[in-house]
Amino acid sequence: MDGIHDMGGMHGFGKVAPEKDEPVFHASWEGRCLALNRAMGAIGAWSIDEGRAGIEALPPDVYLASSYYGKWALRLENMVIARGLAGADEIAAGHALRSSNRLNRKLQTADVPRTLARGSFGRTPQAAARFKVGDRVRTKNIHPPTHTRLPRYARDRRGVIEAIRGCHVFPDSVAIGAGENPQWLYTVLFEGRELWGENSDPTLKVSIEAFEPYLDPAS
Amino acid sequence: MADHDHSDHPAHASELSEMQLRVRALETVLAEKGYIDHAALDAMIEAYETRIGPHTGAAVVAKAWTDPAFKQVLLADATKAVQSLGLISRVGDHLIAVENTPATHNMIVCTLCSCYPWEVLGLPPVWYKSAPYRSRAVNDPRGVLGDFGVSLPRDVQIRVWDSTAETRFIVLPMRPAATEGWNDERLAALVTRDCMIGTGLPKSPEDAA
Repeated sequence: MDGIHDMGGMHGFGKVAPEKDEPVFHASWEGRCLALNRAMGAIGAWSIDEGRAGIEALPPDVYLASSYYGKWALRLENMVIARGLAGADEIAAGHALRSSNRLNRKLQTADVPRTLARGSFGRTPQAAARFKVGDRVRTKNIHPPTHTRLPRYARDRRGVIEAIRGCHVFPDSVAIGAGENPQWLYTVLFEGRELWGENSDPTLKVSIEAFEPYLDPAS
Repeated sequence: MADHDHSDHPAHASELSEMQLRVRALETVLAEKGYIDHAALDAMIEAYETRIGPHTGAAVVAKAWTDPAFKQVLLADATKAVQSLGLISRVGDHLIAVENTPATHNMIVCTLCSCYPWEVLGLPPVWYKSAPYRSRAVNDPRGVLGDFGVSLPRDVQIRVWDSTAETRFIVLPMRPAATEGWNDERLAALVTRDCMIGTGLPKSPEDAA
């Protein structure tokens, strides 16, 4: 999706502003919001990719005006309603109006340690990798209206395969409910000038993690 | 947590911000419907506030500075190397350590969202998730470094890693000069969170004194 979330290379956002002695959370609701989102993911309400697509589905003006955990709260609200896990009327009321747990699962304290480690996204490959380290590739010029992990700035650009990271769950597929559809994942390295033109910093190199369907061979 | 807000305090409701009310409503509904347990959320928050943080990454970096065999494993398979230290219960797959050298400086970003190696660095700071960082890191990394007060020689290559998949990156910075003979604990005190993201450099012995 060519959305506002795809920020690489955009101008006008100003300086980075590090905060001295930044707290882990700036308000207690941020921690509750983080934990709620993690909890719903842990009981299988949605996958990480579906969750990201949920953030990207926020209108651009809302996305830009909301804090990080503010976006997480909106995403949570939208997704529990869209998936019928709770009703908009219940959230508005602040209480359950019907007793139902559509997942028949509950996150309990004993489950917490496993929620703190990231999952494994590597899968058994169904075919040999198409590319090897050192191969020259060109990223595809694609603009799917659905979730993708190929950023705009790195589309239709020439790069080199720097590493093969294994065969991984394919976000573009999972996010639309089409299954894991595992694909080979590569680190693809680009010269700054290939991405940003002649005025690029000549000492810059940028890599992305690119799934095989994003890539074509290049001479 | 002492201040978590699902209990039935009637007094301060009017002081709650819109977000507090909104998140509280969600938590109440999801708990009443049986998806989550309040105490489980408390345990998750407590872990992120007290146990999971950049001190883990700092210990990994210090170990790599003093133990060449460990450093070799770290650069080959960071998940395996970090797991071997036993600092955290389970390290997620696909962790990758990238090494700074006199010729190359590495910087980590996630332009599409905010992917970050939570297990070794804790939750990301606000700036890492902000539009200014996500937009500029890939085309003006020296400008970004300037925002952090860091200036690198013009002949140093800047290598930016955009975290666009479930691989996660941590920078192995260069060991500061004049730290010969220091043990891991002293060295770890020089390792800042930002130097493991690539927006900073480790403290010097003078800074740490």
